[in-house]
Order: sequence, then C-alpha cells, then structure tokens
Amino acid sequence: MNMEMINYKDDGQFCSGHVACAGCAEALALRVIMNAVGQDAIGVVAPSCSAVILGGHPMSSVKIPFIHGTLESAAASASGVKRALVAQGKPDTTVLCLAGDGGTYDIGLQSLSSAAERNEDILYVCFDNEGYMNTGGQKSSSTPLNATTGSTPTGKSTRKKNLIEILAAHRIPYIATTSPSHLNDMAAKIKKAKTIRGTKVIIVLIPCLPGWGVADNAAVKTARLAVESGVFPLFEVEGGLTYTMTKATKTQPINDYLSLQKRYRHLNDEQIAQIQQDVDEDWQRLTTRAIEADV
Amino acid sequence: MNALSSNKDLQLLNGNHAVAMGVKLANPHFAPLYPITPQTPILEKLIALQSAGELETELLTPESEHSAMASAIAASATGVRVFTATSSQGLLLMHELLHFAAGARTPIVMFNVNRTPASPWGFWPDQIDSLSQRDTGWVQLYSENPQESLDTVIQAFRIAEAAQMPVMVNHDAFYVSHAVEPVEVPAQETVDTFLPAYKAGLHLDPELGRSLGAPIDQKSWNESRQQMAAAMATVGDLTASAGQDWGDLTGRSYGPLEQYRTDGADVVFVTMGSMCGTVREAVDGLRARGIAAGLLKIRLFRPLPQVELRKALADVPCAIVLDRNYSPGVGGVVHQELKAALFDMANAPRLHGLLAGVGGVNVSAEMIERLAVEYRDAVASPDPVWVEE
Repeated sequence: MNMEMINYKDDGQFCSGHVACAGCAEALALRVIMNAVGQDAIGVVAPSCSAVILGGHPMSSVKIPFIHGTLESAAASASGVKRALVAQGKPDTTVLCLAGDGGTYDIGLQSLSSAAERNEDILYVCFDNEGYMNTGGQKSSSTPLNATTGSTPTGKSTRKKNLIEILAAHRIPYIATTSPSHLNDMAAKIKKAKTIRGTKVIIVLIPCLPGWGVADNAAVKTARLAVESGVFPLFEVEGGLTYTMTKATKTQPINDYLSLQKRYRHLNDEQIAQIQQDVDEDWQRLTTRAIEADV
Repeated sequence: MNALSSNKDLQLLNGNHAVAMGVKLANPHFAPLYPITPQTPILEKLIALQSAGELETELLTPESEHSAMASAIAASATGVRVFTATSSQGLLLMHELLHFAAGARTPIVMFNVNRTPASPWGFWPDQIDSLSQRDTGWVQLYSENPQESLDTVIQAFRIAEAAQMPVMVNHDAFYVSHAVEPVEVPAQETVDTFLPAYKAGLHLDPELGRSLGAPIDQKSWNESRQQMAAAMATVGDLTASAGQDWGDLTGRSYGPLEQYRTDGADVVFVTMGSMCGTVREAVDGLRARGIAAGLLKIRLFRPLPQVELRKALADVPCAIVLDRNYSPGVGGVVHQELKAALFDMANAPRLHGLLAGVGGVNVSAEMIERLAVEYRDAVASPDPVWVEE
C-alpha cells in the first residue's frame, strides 16, 4: 500500500471537540477542506453528517459562517449567498456548499442541476457515504449494487447512480473525486477549484463506519482500497469533456475492498465476480476517455 | 383638477406591472423569480426593467419556486434586501421554506397572486393558496387594486425590515393582477424618504463567523417562537405607521383595516382583496335604498388585528363575511378567524359566514345587495353557507 506524507497547513479552520463518530474520515476530510478553503468564505450545509459535525447552536466547529439550509436546496441556497455577495461587491468570497449523497444524488439533484446549468460560482462538496447514514443507514441512489442498508436488507438490486456523468453533461468547469486516503490530492483539488469561476463539484467518498460495517480504525484503509481497486477512481473532469486520471492505475482486486465491509458480507462468489466485472468495465470506459482527452 | 392633467406620474398599469414598479422603487439587491400564471408579468416587467438598465437588482431564474425561496432566504441571511413573487402552486411548493424564512427571521418581501390550487386545475381568483400558509410566520397583507399593490409592496419592505419578519402581499388573480388602471407611480425621492436604505442586522459574514440555523435544544427552539411572537406583536403598529407616513407623502393612507361607510351601519360586510371594490359599489347602492350598509376591509390578515376588529364591529348588529376561499371541513377562513377574534364579546354582531366567489365565480354588486337584505335580520349560524349569483 502506498503511503504519503500529509502536507498541508492547518490554520485552525476546523476545531476539535466536534461530534463526528470516533474514527470517521469525514472529520479528517473536513479538516483538510476547511483549511484549503480558508477564512474568506461563507458556507451552506444541507442536513447531513457534516451538518452534525459542524455543531449544534451556539457551538461551531468551523471558523467560517454557515447557514444550515434545507435538504433539497443546498445549491440554490449557495446561489443566493453568492448573489448577495456579488450585490455587496464581494464577488471573490468563496461560497462553499456541503451536502451528503442524499442531499446531492437524490433530493438535492434538481437544485444542483439548476445551479450547474446557470454555472453559479459555488464550490459544492458532496460527502458520499453511499446512503442515508445520518438517519440510521437507508439506501440512496448512490448506494452501490448489492450493498445492504436498512431499506435494502437483502442488497440493493440496482447500480449506483453515475452523478459525475450527469454533472459532466452540464459542462460545468470543474468536477473531481477525492478521498480521505489521499489528503494532499484533496487539498490540491479544493485549492484548484477555488481559482475557477463557475460551478465546481467535488465528490468525496466517505466510508461510513456503522453504515458500511467498517471497523473503527479502518475508515482510511477502506477509502484507500476503494481508490486502489478502481471502485472509486480519482479523476477530474474539466468543462464536462476533459477527463484526467489522478491515479492512472488500479492495483487491487475488488474483494479486498468488499471484505472490509459488513454490507457486502452476504455476497457469493458470482456476485463478487459481477462487481469485479462492472468495476473493470467502468475503469476501462473512464480511462479511455482520459486517454482520448490527452491526445 | 383632472388627475390625468396633474403633474403626477400617472401610468396605465395592470396590477402586476404596478407591483414591479413598486419593487423597482424599493430597489432590492436580489430577486429570484420563477414564472407561474398569473404572476408572470411581475417577472417579465422586472427583467425588462433590468435589461433596459433601469433596475440594478441581481436577478436569478432558478428551476423552481422552491429554489427561488431557498436562494431568497440565503441571500437575505447574507445581508441584502430581497424580493420574490409567486402564485398558487408555486407558493404551495415553497411551504417548507416559508416556515424556514420566518424562523430564520429573514425580512423577505414576496408578492403572491391569489389563484386556485389544483386539483382540479384552475387559474381563477381564490385566496386559499395564501390563507393556507397562515401558520408559517409570514406577515400577510391583501390588496384591492393595482395602486394599492404598488403602494403596499413598498410599505412591505419597511414593515419586514423593522420587524425582521418576512412579508407576503397578495392580490387576486386577473381581477387585480391583469386589470389595467391609472396608477400613480411615486417619485424615487418619495420612496427614498419613506424607505430607509437597507441596513442588514446580524448576518453571515466571514468577519463575524457566526452561523445560522444550526440545531438547537428544545428550550431555545421554544424561545425562538416567543421571539417571533414579540416581533409579530409589533406588526400592527408598524403597518399603521407605514400606511400613515405613506399617506403623508402621497395622499394615500392605509391601515391594518379600512372602514367604508360603516357609521351607523346595520350590516357590515367583512372581506379582503378585490371583493372590497365590489362591496363598495353594493354599499353605495344599499345606502341609496335606505339600507345602512358598510364595508370593513381586512388589509392586514397576519397578524390579525384583533383589537381593531373588535372595536370596528362593536355594537354593529350584523356582520357578513364574504370568503373567497374554502377550507374543507371548516368553511371560510376569514369567517373562522373572525369568530375567534370576536370570542366572548358582549356587543358582537350576528356573524354570517358566506362562501362567495370560491374558485373565482363572479360575485356582483347586485348579488351583494341581495345578500345584505337576505341576511341582515337572519339568525347567524356558526356554519358556512355557500351562496351563488
């Protein structure tokens, strides 16, 4: 397994004492993201794990102000903040939007699509833990094939929605995936996104310890295997057309990733082979796009 | 002097364009707008004004009224003056966020064009869309005609910003929204005198770092509603002073209620919106026939001016509510509200609740005169009565 030094400056934008589950990688990601975003920013957070981690009133685990909006309207709320800043002559202040996969893939997709179509100048970060984990673990349209959740007790019968292709079809300037196993990459992508005007969406895979049935000390390891097995490739899409692989190879079989998680414990060999085949085909399709973009 | 030859800026405007002219004069920083019949001319006029360089407002055209209100709340919370407009289905789609806007104490001004909600589909004047939002915490004002709509939308900004509560101004579909009348458009200096430049209260600011709307405990949530109650308690006086000050500047005064020929009246009609215009004509007709009739117009519906209503109806023998709305299983909303407002009042009128004009059916002055004769001496029933032409 490849290791790297975490290289980022902690300006104290994310404070200790928050209420994330012990061992949760979302807190780790928030620390990196908040420090990369910096102080000149206003946040919007949809109901989600991150809304809980940011803190109950009057406490806050972040230094920048956040408005806690409704579940389906994160991108619309962020648009309103941005337009108000423009009207106040402060167009350079970053508007950061935080939402989960429920608030992004499902109920928030309509308002996100509209903000993307208008190319609103917002930085939208989706913490994708592949289900409604803050409500106790139900399936969302981000839940992968065969994963068990409270509402798919025998495993989900359909595939995970490919949100990136949907967003790419909007031709927004920047889409990226990143993982708490690759924190330097995460900081770099946030900083890059900050320099781009228009709609930026970054999807962060967050293994949910109770929701996925992952050991308390295995969140980062699970996230790393998601990247290295190719189930969650790290890449960027610029202008909806230009695909760039952040990590150009996948090195691990899918079973190493699946076996860390109770939500896949029921799988038989045939199902695992099917998932491996899906991952291989998706990887092939994605890397082909990236190669074509590079020509 | 002929009004049209005076030096006042009289323009032929429909109700919605009159609203847009009022909004232009109030000069909000931000207005998210989504089209819906019969609100759309407000959107069209504001966008035309902005395209012509006559309006500086930052406009946003999102995919739904829900996103319009979400962006309105967030912008208001960021510290700017915000306007939006909607009708019927759009207002109902916003319902969740209407509670949110009031709870967040965002002083948004919204114009709603009263229209029948589906199902079945209809596009007719009926006030149940906004009346069914009465518990959301929005101040609600009802306008009778295009001039009042222009005047009221400007006053609404002052009321909203003083109380730190959102204000919804309503007028009836087509009868007001699309009816063209001569409307005096006040000078910008007049409006600037009346409406102070926007001063944001506590808002989202990286310098302050304070967040809004994070989860709180039961006691604090409870306290937030008590604070809203205290704010609502100021709205009656704010509406009265805004209407008076506007009158001093323009010659057109307004209050929470308006009384028309109620002196010595044996029968007083109580209603809201465009119906008031028809009732005025009926009252004149009845008075000419020797029947002492009057009109009590409710302009401020939320908060309901209970003290003023009790005062206005004290010792009146008979009051007839004309409800252009229907709450299934109860009856007319204004009737229901008035029964509560007059509770335990020794000298209260016999109160009739008539469902007149529900779904936009016509209610003529002749019909209203007939109702006065029919109901002024009748025993009042607590139940609503459907009436027709």
